[in-house]
Amino acid sequence: MLKSLHIDPGKCTLCMQCEMACSYENEGLFNPAKSRIKVFDFHDRFVPYTCTQCAEAWCMSACPVDAISVDHATGAKVVSDDLCVGCKVCTIACPFGTVNYNHDTGKVIKCDLCGGQPACAEACPTGAIAYVDSDWTGYDKMRRWAGKTDSGAAQAHA
Amino acid sequence: MRYVLIGAGPAGVVAAETLRKADPGGDILLLGDEPEPPYSRMALPYFLVGTIDEAGTYLRKSETHYDDLGITFRHARAVRIDPAGKTVALEGGESVAYDRLMIATGSRTQRPPIPGIDLPGVHPCWTLADSREIVRRAAPDSRVVLMGAGFIGCIVLESLIKRGVKPTVVEMADRMVPRMMNAAAGGLIKKWCATKGIEVLTSTKVTAIEDTGEARDPLRVLLDRGAPLRAALVVVATGVRPNIAFLEGSGIETDFGIRVDSHLKSSVDDVYAAGDVAQGPDFMGGWSVHAIQPTAVEHGRIAALNMADGNASYQGSLAMNVLDTAGLVSSSFGQWQGVESGESVERMDEARFRYTRLEFDGERLVGAICLGRTDQIGMLRGLIQSRVRLGDWKARLMEDPQRISEAYVASTHK
Ligand SMILES: Cc1cc2nc3c(=O)[nH]c(=O)nc-3n(C[C@H](O)[C@H](O)[C@H](O)COP(=O)(O)OP(=O)(O)OC[C@H]3O[C@@H](n4cnc5c(N)ncnc54)[C@H](O)[C@@H]3O)c2cc1C
Ligand code: SF4
Repeated sequence: MLKSLHIDPGKCTLCMQCEMACSYENEGLFNPAKSRIKVFDFHDRFVPYTCTQCAEAWCMSACPVDAISVDHATGAKVVSDDLCVGCKVCTIACPFGTVNYNHDTGKVIKCDLCGGQPACAEACPTGAIAYVDSDWTGYDKMRRWAGKTDSGAAQAHA
Repeated sequence: MRYVLIGAGPAGVVAAETLRKADPGGDILLLGDEPEPPYSRMALPYFLVGTIDEAGTYLRKSETHYDDLGITFRHARAVRIDPAGKTVALEGGESVAYDRLMIATGSRTQRPPIPGIDLPGVHPCWTLADSREIVRRAAPDSRVVLMGAGFIGCIVLESLIKRGVKPTVVEMADRMVPRMMNAAAGGLIKKWCATKGIEVLTSTKVTAIEDTGEARDPLRVLLDRGAPLRAALVVVATGVRPNIAFLEGSGIETDFGIRVDSHLKSSVDDVYAAGDVAQGPDFMGGWSVHAIQPTAVEHGRIAALNMADGNASYQGSLAMNVLDTAGLVSSSFGQWQGVESGESVERMDEARFRYTRLEFDGERLVGAICLGRTDQIGMLRGLIQSRVRLGDWKARLMEDPQRISEAYVASTHK
């Protein structure tokens, strides 16, 4: 069974452990600016936010050089640094804004579920971010949101 | 079911792959008239710089990709379509039969009718073959004149700079990227180029190109104002048009491109069109050719679902582009020109080369331009395409348009 990140903003305390863990895991430094998960502070509530590995994967289909592919073990859409040419088309094709350009490397970064052990979920002390079976009930608002922004409301075979 | 797809660019390839998923038993023939495996034009700038080799431009990296999927890829050019007999005539006399046909023939470059435009050393940058020629001629330190500072011209400019040539840009319009940026943003990009030592001549026309026969920078480029320029290479990026000439007499309705409905079907039964060649519903309720990669792959996917008897309807294409000009990243989305009785807000920080402009129609975002920002810019697409009502966030954005990502998460994660 594939797992996915389940985010429960109600439990988030804005401690920022996830951003720290993500940037350290992926970029080797504690720098929230390089984190693939972002916590939004709306004063009365805090919302951790990252890629949902959506089925439509606009980033993946827009890529001109096949640099984004599905990791079949986790279902994550993963960027290959070797293939990415830094054209940034994926950063505007993704309507969630979860693929971002890294000026230092000239390539893009996005959540890859850390190969199946997401550092953000492991670091979260309150369970606001959990790595759970994909059919977990009440699973994800963002997925439903994906339906609304789909460029083609595809039925039948989609 | 026998599917024939004409054109092996991103639209054709994505369509073939989607057809395979939707109809595992279907017979899929993909035709391409360029003597290469299916490749991506968008990758050409990186081939020019040398970041990737030719194989790096291929749309799919595995040599057996198409065989593995049971897709027959053939080098062949379609010259005529007969919708009554349901056949496609190929160059050389052969003809192939189809049950469902997709036309994904992309666009071709337009050469302005000026003397010398066909001289050796004057090239568009549209195909892999063009790119090989540009690589051969654009030696470091040689002079290159770039005709046209549109979106494609500016992308090619970036590659030329990275190759170490001395480029001069000549643009007829009064600013750079006139169809992607407003005057303020285009002006800022031009100013940025000046700080990087790149000469950009706007409101200027090339009137003729001459061959001096000299060994170094042999071409002389005459302008309607100012001194002539010397060049080893002239790159022509003055626009493209859909490849529809071969459809004449077929009865398939064309305007600027092939007219398709929200199912990407043409005016003729069983004939679909996708990508640069298709003039389809746009997000604003009109009919547009949006010659960009994201539209090509979306068209390809949706058309293929319908060809395989599915029922997928397209919300409409959204114009969007992202451009890197010598390190300054700019992007534009949707109706960045604004809409009638809409509202807008802009912030300009000239010293830091930053600019943001948002266009609203009531409570909804309909267009945007960003310079000097790359973080979460996809959310601009999300805000526009989901037509979300911004509520209180509209006023906050009017006050500070940089708060795009907060507005997005707040409006979509209630
Ligand atoms: C240098 C460059 C940079 C670009 N950068 C960007 C960018 O950054 N972002 C972006 O969104 N877009 C970019 N584009 C545009 C993008 O590449 C196109 O929108 C995209 O390639 C369109 O895909 P398509 O499949 O519709 O057509 P194409 O890619 O043009 O493919 C059509 C194919 O059909 C073939 N064909 C034509 N007629 C026939 C026939 N009669 N029989 C058989 N085959 C035929 C053509 O030769 C071609 O191989 C760029 C283009 C260029 C040239
Ligand atoms: S930036 Fe990299 S991953 Fe994104 S579309 Fe371009 S090549 Fe593909």
